[in-house]
Amino acid sequence: MEMVTLTIDGQKVEVPKDSTVLEAAHKANIRIPTLCFLKGINEIGACRMCVVEVKGGKALQAACVLPVSEGMEVITNSPAVRESRKVTLELLLSDHNLECPTCVRNLNCELQKLSEELGIKSIRYPGEKHAPRYDDFSPSIVRDASKCILCRRCVSACHKVQGVGVISPNHRGFNTVIAPVFDLSLAEVACVNCGQCIMACPVGALKEKDDTDRVWQALADPEKHVIVQTAPAIRVSLGEEFGEGMGAIVTKKLPAALRRLGFDKVFDTDFSADLTIMEEGSEFLERLQHGGKLPLITSCSPGWIKFCEHYYPELLDNLSTCKSPQQMFGAVAKTYYAEKMGIDPSKIFVVSIMPCTAKKFEAQRPEMNSSGYQDVDVALTTRELSRMLKEAGIDLSKLPDEEFDDPLGISTGAAAIFGATGGVMEAALRTVYEVVTGKELQNIDFTEVRGVEGIKEATIDIDGTKVNVAVAHGLANARKVLDRVKNGEANYHFIEIMCCPGGCVGGGGQPILNAEERWAKDYREVRGNAIYEVDRSMKLRKSHENPAVQTLYKEFLGKPLSEKSHHLLHTHYTKRPLYPEV
Amino acid sequence: METAVKKDAELEEKLQKVDEMLEKYKGQKGALLQALQEAQGIVGYLPLEVQKKVAAALNITLSEVYSTITFYSFFNLKPRGKYQIRVCLGTACYVRGANKVLDRLEKELGVKVGDTTDDAKFSLDACRCVGACGLAPTIIINDEVYGRLTPDKVPEILKKYE
Repeated sequence: MEMVTLTIDGQKVEVPKDSTVLEAAHKANIRIPTLCFLKGINEIGACRMCVVEVKGGKALQAACVLPVSEGMEVITNSPAVRESRKVTLELLLSDHNLECPTCVRNLNCELQKLSEELGIKSIRYPGEKHAPRYDDFSPSIVRDASKCILCRRCVSACHKVQGVGVISPNHRGFNTVIAPVFDLSLAEVACVNCGQCIMACPVGALKEKDDTDRVWQALADPEKHVIVQTAPAIRVSLGEEFGEGMGAIVTKKLPAALRRLGFDKVFDTDFSADLTIMEEGSEFLERLQHGGKLPLITSCSPGWIKFCEHYYPELLDNLSTCKSPQQMFGAVAKTYYAEKMGIDPSKIFVVSIMPCTAKKFEAQRPEMNSSGYQDVDVALTTRELSRMLKEAGIDLSKLPDEEFDDPLGISTGAAAIFGATGGVMEAALRTVYEVVTGKELQNIDFTEVRGVEGIKEATIDIDGTKVNVAVAHGLANARKVLDRVKNGEANYHFIEIMCCPGGCVGGGGQPILNAEERWAKDYREVRGNAIYEVDRSMKLRKSHENPAVQTLYKEFLGKPLSEKSHHLLHTHYTKRPLYPEV
Repeated sequence: METAVKKDAELEEKLQKVDEMLEKYKGQKGALLQALQEAQGIVGYLPLEVQKKVAAALNITLSEVYSTITFYSFFNLKPRGKYQIRVCLGTACYVRGANKVLDRLEKELGVKVGDTTDDAKFSLDACRCVGACGLAPTIIINDEVYGRLTPDKVPEILKKYE
């Protein structure tokens, strides 16, 4: 690649020809402040925070969109630059809802951090403020335009990363607002509740619907038997909220923390992930061997499910009818577990800890009540759990190691990898292979479906039958795979789709990383690697070897795809409109 | 009732024409502005029904269509009056008192900027520079430009359209 050399603050830097000045400065460890910039996602020079002086140039230039050139001389820290940044920031703050101490992003806000760094001590421009607009009709995502700085990072995440595109800058100039069409609520448009907009937001303009109060109330109610399940991805992300490094594994701290919050039993969604593999693996074999609808597409990711319902309703029959592990857990808890423990299911309150905002929508779907009760009562995000722990004075890193409770806390490594893209596929293949062939798998690591490549394909030989599989994460990638299926250009048998980039480890309910952290390390990869490390450390690594799942079938369900399984563990889907009615 | 039915039939006919017009822009993301301009030419404004058609034809999101429509003051989300009054609020007009002209128009017509009179005769909009800065402040009624205005000249101009 052709290289050019430029000087930044007197320091020579050599970078590829197509770099920006911001990238060159990054390489030279020269920090230029940014706000609208999100590497690879939003590089539009909108906020003017990253302005620099270029020798020979007339005006200050935005470094994030300024191409480097040979011999260029850049100054990132002159009086003019500093003053310009300050003015810009003060103007942004003049129309910002400054309720910082009570904001969900207090102490994790890029605007707040910049004001501190740039030494803003007063705002010289008291001016007009936007009329507040607050949208909390969605069960998953809350929009608060009074804090929006119009950086468009959420817009890029929604359109480019997810291929959904239900929010845009509407109107113009001072009246600009990032919103759905006709200023409708997110609940009224084809939003899939993935929460990637929240992950992209530098401030508190987008946040999850907070359900912690409902959990506090349940925990304080002596009548209720409150149980909790934690998704695979939580064990490699919650630590980040307590100062541990990105992807720190906290599997054994989780049960300790949840017990101290007062849950009656601390269970694991990994248990029902193993159960999902039993059902979904059997469903795949059934379809493969008896001419059923193929490709079979996984159904664990509720953002993906709603996406399919809105955007690809013609593929609804390809979806696995399996409920997601979260919902399977609830259905089993309020039937099998209730019976076994002699507890009235109406008294059981199921809380799930999810890396996901779409899980909140899924939990309240009306069809998710096959036990006679809603499978899951409240779905909390990783962030909400972290807030509850902090409120209760529980410091995760200071807790002893503890184990999940029996029987719904027993799991295998195959369940753990549900948290990373490719994991459900790999877990299914481990089980399907052994069920079909009756032989033990020599190498259980299907590395070809791992990693952060947007679309992964593989052909697996199962006793002479070639099975073509595809794995996609991030809905823009999913679109490419689905379009190929729709147009008859692909011959897949089995497809895994995860709504969020990286799979659940990159879910919209996970700890929020600021733009710099996201640039420094690929969180999808770091958390994903941690997930596979959890898998490697498990004694059992195949779902069909999970003794608690085996007992569940023996004592209660019979066998996979039995009538009882169908009733409790499977579901149906609803075609939803692409466009709203106004 | 009868008029409502007639109106529906008229709209149906116009929507049909929009479909025909969009044929030539199928799959062309870059044709958004032309498509919207032509659609507004046919229907008179850009209701949701039309926006959906444009989004589907060009294979872009409804959100992009709506975002573009609301960015440009030329596009209307609501039906407009027989006479469309646009008040230039560009810099030159603004500093020469366009705001006062707009206030007077609102008062005389009894509507706020962006609205249409109950008899569907006048609609009132603000717009950006119309390129007649030498005549500032200016307004445009349909295709007619009026310049060097003061609030007091407003009633006289409106009389022409009675």
